[in-house]
Amino acid sequence: MQTEAHYQGAPILDVDPFSTEFLTDPYPFHEQLREAGPVVWIPKYKVWAMARYEEVRHVLDDWETFCSSAGGGLSNFNQEKPWRPPSIILEADPPMHNRTRGVLAPLLNRAALNKLREGFDEKAKLLVDSALARQEVDGVKDIAEVFPLQVFPDAVGLQKEGRENLLPYANMAFNAFGPRNELFEEAFKEAEKVTDWIMNQCRREALSEDGFGAQIYAAADAGEISEQEAGMLVRSLLTAGLDTTMYGITSALYSFASFPEQWSLIRENPALLRPAFEEVVRFQSPVQTFFRTTTCKTQVAGVPIDADQKVLLFLGAANRDPRRWEAPDTFDVRRRAVGHVGFGHGIHVCVGQMVARLEAESVLTELVKRVERIELNGEPVRRLNNTLRGLSSLPLKLYAAD
Amino acid sequence: MPIVTFLNSDGSAHNVDAPAGSSLMEAAVDNLIPGILAECGGACACATCHCYVDEQWLGKVAVAGEEENQLLSAVLDQRSNSRLSCQINLSEELDGLVVHLPESQY
Ligand code: HEM
Ligand code: FES
Repeated sequence: MQTEAHYQGAPILDVDPFSTEFLTDPYPFHEQLREAGPVVWIPKYKVWAMARYEEVRHVLDDWETFCSSAGGGLSNFNQEKPWRPPSIILEADPPMHNRTRGVLAPLLNRAALNKLREGFDEKAKLLVDSALARQEVDGVKDIAEVFPLQVFPDAVGLQKEGRENLLPYANMAFNAFGPRNELFEEAFKEAEKVTDWIMNQCRREALSEDGFGAQIYAAADAGEISEQEAGMLVRSLLTAGLDTTMYGITSALYSFASFPEQWSLIRENPALLRPAFEEVVRFQSPVQTFFRTTTCKTQVAGVPIDADQKVLLFLGAANRDPRRWEAPDTFDVRRRAVGHVGFGHGIHVCVGQMVARLEAESVLTELVKRVERIELNGEPVRRLNNTLRGLSSLPLKLYAAD
Repeated sequence: MPIVTFLNSDGSAHNVDAPAGSSLMEAAVDNLIPGILAECGGACACATCHCYVDEQWLGKVAVAGEEENQLLSAVLDQRSNSRLSCQINLSEELDGLVVHLPESQY
């Protein structure tokens, strides 16, 4: 690796952020990126990269210069055809973004979600019953992947059959933000079948009458969006709302199994539970990266950047930037972690973040009540994805509290 | 810069200098005021930036919009002067503003 060379005044770093080596253990690379400079050039993909908190926040704030409509991934939609019609919220700029976000936001805020809480808590209770009965469980396959599948598709209002297509679809979408590497190709093996199923579920007729889906179509009836746009917004929920929370819950379980004293702190003081999930998202950053595209010639930290350039934002690295965080590599549930960029920041900040928090809170509350200790019971297995960071297996042993 | 006073439920007070143009929530968070959590960072989603605007200031603070009003129904102990601090923009006219903090945000 070399940092002597410069491109337009910025250090050049010859790394591949989507390689197996990088994705398996990103932290040394994150440090290199952060320390090389506020803006770094990555020649392999011809992109600008930012890994420090301040610059990442700045770019996310300045949506006029750093737009989303040319794609949230590496591909530049101004130059390449997208693999699917672009998202009308994630990959849209104002004014369209205001309109579509305005439809989803009120459905997913804390007030709107209150009616789901009881149902989520009940499911969490049953799940913890069965996990405790077995004592030895896989934190991913028995908890983190199960719970969101039990609550989210129902909340959207999906039919029961075919839900197994949801995970491969999200896996495709999040891999597709990266380059066409092996991960991408592997994820797209059954693309046609999976995509067809998803698109079918987004139709008004396929959705129940009381879920998020129906509420989105109600916005179409009210003239806020078109019928076709309603379908596209349902697709956004199905893409962004399931896998992410699985990675989020996995991240929580992994953190608490790795740092048992932090679990004890929450058991002693359950008021720490919600702040603790913020710390999980900061520390593990289940969504590691997103891209923006420059709309004009600009400058960041003195580095000139041309128009129509892709900018790679390392959210996970910003969340561990020592310029912003004290002891950034320490997992500490007593920390004020709010302000992390794990859910993004600015106009595109995760619109589903309260759903993610509610799911995590339901599961963790039940575990905190009834589980004294969560212990690693074997080697966790990494699941590589071009955007998401998580595990495919997390062997755990749960010790019931008496 | 407008000066804002945050009064905790236990009676303790914090005065902060906040730049005009920032939100009341940002003023609280930047000064580490305990009691304003602001989980969503101002996206009007979490209602963990709840505060009570002192009665004397109610007339000077711009009224809540539709989204804020909907979200306010989620807070604990909602009162007629309940507001989400991320939705209040500070200006010179609000110099001296007094807000009371709730006992808990959830
Ligand atoms: C722990 C779980 C989650 C994480 C870490 C996460 C992370 C993110 C991030 C970083 C962004 C910003 C993307 C950008 O700036 O380009 C985002 C946007 C988004 N998220 Fe999430 N998310 C999570 C859960 C969810 C859930 C549960 C839903 C749906 C219910 C959801 C729906 C969305 C949507 C629709 C957007 C686009 C918002 C916009 O562009 O205005 N996410 N998420
Ligand atoms: S900070 Fe979340 S609603 Fe104000």
